[in-house]
Amino acid sequence: MAVTVKTFASAGEAAGALSSDRSARYLGGGTLVMRALNEGDVSVSTIVRARDQALTRIDASGPRVTLGAGVSFARVLAERDLAFLHAPARSIGGPAVRNMGTVGGNLFAPNPYGDFTVALLALDATIAVQGSFGARDIAIEEFLQSRERQSGALVLSVSCTRPASAEAFRYRKIARIKPKGGSVITLAAHLPVSGGRIAGARIALGSMAPTQIRAKGAERALEGRSLDAATIAAAASAASEGTSPSDNALGSAWYRREIVGVHLRRLLSGQE
Amino acid sequence: MSKTPLQFRHNGRDVAIFVDGGTNLLVALRELIGDMTPKFGCGQGGCGTCSVLIDGETHLSCLTLAETIAGRSIETLDGMKQGPNLHPLQRAFADNFAAQCGYCTPGMLMAAKALLDRNPSPSRADVIEAISGNICRCTGYEPIINAILGAAGGRASA
Repeated sequence: MAVTVKTFASAGEAAGALSSDRSARYLGGGTLVMRALNEGDVSVSTIVRARDQALTRIDASGPRVTLGAGVSFARVLAERDLAFLHAPARSIGGPAVRNMGTVGGNLFAPNPYGDFTVALLALDATIAVQGSFGARDIAIEEFLQSRERQSGALVLSVSCTRPASAEAFRYRKIARIKPKGGSVITLAAHLPVSGGRIAGARIALGSMAPTQIRAKGAERALEGRSLDAATIAAAASAASEGTSPSDNALGSAWYRREIVGVHLRRLLSGQE
Repeated sequence: MSKTPLQFRHNGRDVAIFVDGGTNLLVALRELIGDMTPKFGCGQGGCGTCSVLIDGETHLSCLTLAETIAGRSIETLDGMKQGPNLHPLQRAFADNFAAQCGYCTPGMLMAAKALLDRNPSPSRADVIEAISGNICRCTGYEPIINAILGAAGGRASA
């Protein structure tokens, strides 16, 4: 079915077009929207695009990192200042998908995709969106919880604070097909340390619920403690708390609940 | 529904076509340009057999909105041959028996070309990474990897 393609010079105009038409979808890299069209999704009758260069801007020089929603994973990988995000970017697709897929689009990717968003959730990212209400910043957790209602808003950028050290941020994607493949589960951990103890632990999981979620039980087990064997064991045993994975071709819900603690223990203890 | 005019470079030649809204690049190449070398596989970005180069970067033509390539340069397997001679990568694929059913071959060759254009002396790990988005249903990856490494060696010694 032919669709109407509307291309705008500014993100603001594109956001206006998006919020005024329920059947409109924003085209970033194409890996979600074009796939939907190829599958015959008749709910999409208008494609909205924007040529706004602000959407592809990277500001990675300071402690606060901002990525335009249209920044591709290949560009993240090419940026030395974004080394802490290289593992999540590299875990997505093959080179072609990484040349196309965008940071903003990943926020809307359903299971078993959306791995970059798992990293952003562990990093407490902020999402800048523009809709009919104007522009505003939303905490990523709130954004994900209301993701289905965000389709009329345009994501402008994501931003997060750079981890204090390489040790403070860890990421792991469990996939059956390597080096690419959909996620069986995906884990990211941000473990800031103050005075030898973890302060502000964030553990994020992908493919363990309808959207990416935080493992709050595991976070509580880590908070205020040093990262020793007993703490890691406690966090691992709490990893599946509050999760609601589903069955798909890559793994059953039962399997995901069984392995999430194992992989969290390995992630926290630095094992391969 | 009106059609949109679209101009771009296709294997070094300027082309102008009209596309329906929402047409993907794979359909535009095969049905409007007559370039049948990129193949339709999954339509989901999972198999890589529709891979083409856009301004030298590997992209999946099935997931590329045709209208986004206005003014850009597209390379497909159709433009790989060098006059009457096969490209060194094509020769290496033939010499190494790297094409079994052959369905993945166009995408594999484009992914390999993008790699060697950027990195003429790749490691085995680089080659595996470069073709990681391309599925071979015959599971014949070893001859493909060897062919790409062989072509790189040939280039280096040429």
